[in-house]
Amino acid sequence: MTDPILQLRGVNKSFGAVQVLHDVDLTVRAGEVTALVGDNGAGKSTLVKCVAGIHPIDSGDVVFNGSPVTLNAPTDAAKLGIEVVYQDLALADNLDIVQNMFLGRERGKSWLLDEADMEQAARRTLASLSVRTVTSVRMPVAALSGGQRQTVAIAKAVLWDSKVVLLDEPTAALGVAQTRQVLDLIRRLAEQGLGVVLISHNMADVFEVSDRIATLYLGRMVAQVPTKDITNTQAVELITAGRSGDLGLQRPESVTV
Amino acid sequence: MTAPTEGPEKAQTEQKSPATSAAERAAPASSRAADFGIDTTAKSTGEAIRGYLVSLRSGDLGALPALLGLLALFILFTALAPDTFPSLLNLANLLQQGAGQTIIAMGLVFVLLTGEIDLAAGTASGLTASVMALHLVSNGNLLGAMGTPVFLLFAVVIVVAIVLAVLLKIWAGAIASAGALLLLVIGFPPNPWLEMLLAVLVGVVIGCLTGFLVAKVGMPSFVVTLALFIAWQGVILQLIGDGGTLGLRDPVIAAVANGNLSTLGSWILFVVAAGGYAAVMLNRQVSRRKLGLVAQPTGLVLIKTIAVVVLAAVATYLLTVNRSPGQLPISGVPYVVPLVLVLLVAGTYVLDRTRFGRHVYAVGGNREAARRAGIDVVRIRAAVFVISTAFAAIGAIVYSSKVGSVSPSAGGGNTLLFAVGGAVIGGTSLFGGRGRISNAVIGGAVLAMVNNGLGLLGQPASVVFLVNGIVLLLAAGVDVLSRRRSAVAGR
Repeated sequence: MTDPILQLRGVNKSFGAVQVLHDVDLTVRAGEVTALVGDNGAGKSTLVKCVAGIHPIDSGDVVFNGSPVTLNAPTDAAKLGIEVVYQDLALADNLDIVQNMFLGRERGKSWLLDEADMEQAARRTLASLSVRTVTSVRMPVAALSGGQRQTVAIAKAVLWDSKVVLLDEPTAALGVAQTRQVLDLIRRLAEQGLGVVLISHNMADVFEVSDRIATLYLGRMVAQVPTKDITNTQAVELITAGRSGDLGLQRPESVTV
Repeated sequence: MTAPTEGPEKAQTEQKSPATSAAERAAPASSRAADFGIDTTAKSTGEAIRGYLVSLRSGDLGALPALLGLLALFILFTALAPDTFPSLLNLANLLQQGAGQTIIAMGLVFVLLTGEIDLAAGTASGLTASVMALHLVSNGNLLGAMGTPVFLLFAVVIVVAIVLAVLLKIWAGAIASAGALLLLVIGFPPNPWLEMLLAVLVGVVIGCLTGFLVAKVGMPSFVVTLALFIAWQGVILQLIGDGGTLGLRDPVIAAVANGNLSTLGSWILFVVAAGGYAAVMLNRQVSRRKLGLVAQPTGLVLIKTIAVVVLAAVATYLLTVNRSPGQLPISGVPYVVPLVLVLLVAGTYVLDRTRFGRHVYAVGGNREAARRAGIDVVRIRAAVFVISTAFAAIGAIVYSSKVGSVSPSAGGGNTLLFAVGGAVIGGTSLFGGRGRISNAVIGGAVLAMVNNGLGLLGQPASVVFLVNGIVLLLAAGVDVLSRRRSAVAGR
């Protein structure tokens, strides 16, 4: 077992009067895929946005690589090597793959971009992820399929010196074959030593690729267990009821939002 | 370099490069190339042409409809008016007639790329031209010509523009606006160069105001620029006076749109422009090939380069032939040609090679993605209006020079229609994200040809307006249809 790369301890987050996250603990280990599951409104996306620095946390600790850090802006997270692949991918259709991957962080001088360097780096990254479906890195993103777009979005996240990649519903809009590609890609990211957090509603995907499942229930972390130790039914019970046998909250019915 | 030192040196360079990605480090270098087997960096000419046809079918038409239209119009008007239309005198005249509006259209491309519109570009250009003309006519006494209250108000507006530009972090805009204030307050004796500079700087001032209202305040650009379109018309009336016109009796300003390069100058222009084009194209091709980057087939690049150089040589030769029907010889490439070329090269460079240009495309393609990528979207959206209005001021200098005066209707209805039409007809999308500066040049040429041709055929203004409107509708229709096709083909 590797050391945790990212740890959240007792994280609270409220929006006005609504407390969305209650004392949430989460451990992400390098080289592992941690699946973050939970019903709609359980706080998954809020948790991701807290880690990404979009929503600063109210209280609690974030420990990155053994040292406490504060995440108040997306740039803070990016500097640490935390990258987020959002559900809507955030790609510009009219730009090509290279331009999208380097958007906002172009290499070269402000008055003369280093296209050659960017193109080579983009190709190396795609190649290292064993992406074989893209015919040219100079294709506009508009011409790519859903799975290819997802691939580009993920490649964009790992292009940097990233340590942790959070993926928000990466397979939600994809067909069977494309889902396959993306799941393989997620596995490869973990094999390359990155800490991967996968948010998904699809339990089949979760059980296939994850090493560890973290379940949120009404803003509380009810269980973080190795995937091999629980069954699909138990996971669904944790998601919907907050408890399954010995796992989860002892009195979930008393929990309020 | 001897062999033993190679090892440590290599390690050093690896350490030096800070931006190696996590994924990159994890995979051994040797396996990378093999994994990426499908990626083709170099295609044969046949493949490239097939690829182009595929992209055409999927809706990426670019400037093709406009180029075909240009060719069709040329043939049509040559057939209808064989004596007048294809004459060298008329073709050179056509270039000079269309240049002003084309330059405004080139600036508008920046705004259209971000998915906005600048309806005020026309009257803003008229405003800059009237400031320039007023300075010339009043012998440098702007204070006296405007009257103290108007002059003070003008100065205050410029100060406001400087503040807004600083707020938006558009430093070039702030400096240019400060320059306008300086020229205005210190004053200068009538000097055509300084007057033209003043016009462009006033354009920047106007652009800062528009940009702030659209990008920072967040009003829809359609409403902001419609309101300013009307407002600037009022300002022009105030400056020129009801019913009056300001004559531009200055040889330098008159020469902008009416003068020609000497024969030697024309050929020097050819060598610089065509040679520069060939050098850039071939140099890029060679270096991309050498680095193993995605490149067009060399044959195609050669054909394209040779075609451009030959066309430029033919055009230069024809324009250096005496085209005057009377005693006084007229020959040489019109000054507007190098002017448009310089703006074209500069604009294309900014859009294609700089970080700013990349961000303009990104904001137009997906504003939210641009924001998340850390791009200052407000600044980009404001800056395009500054550029657009500065271009509009240059365009105003050219079209005022062509007519030799500035009237209260300068930059009104027709100019705006031309400018927006030129940009859109050339293939710049009204929905943002797609388009090039060169498109505006082609689109401007189409509209100039339509107006010139119909004029020669003796058609009344009613027909000219009608045809212009239909051409614009056709262009916008092609844009929408091609977007629909590409939306289908994209999935």
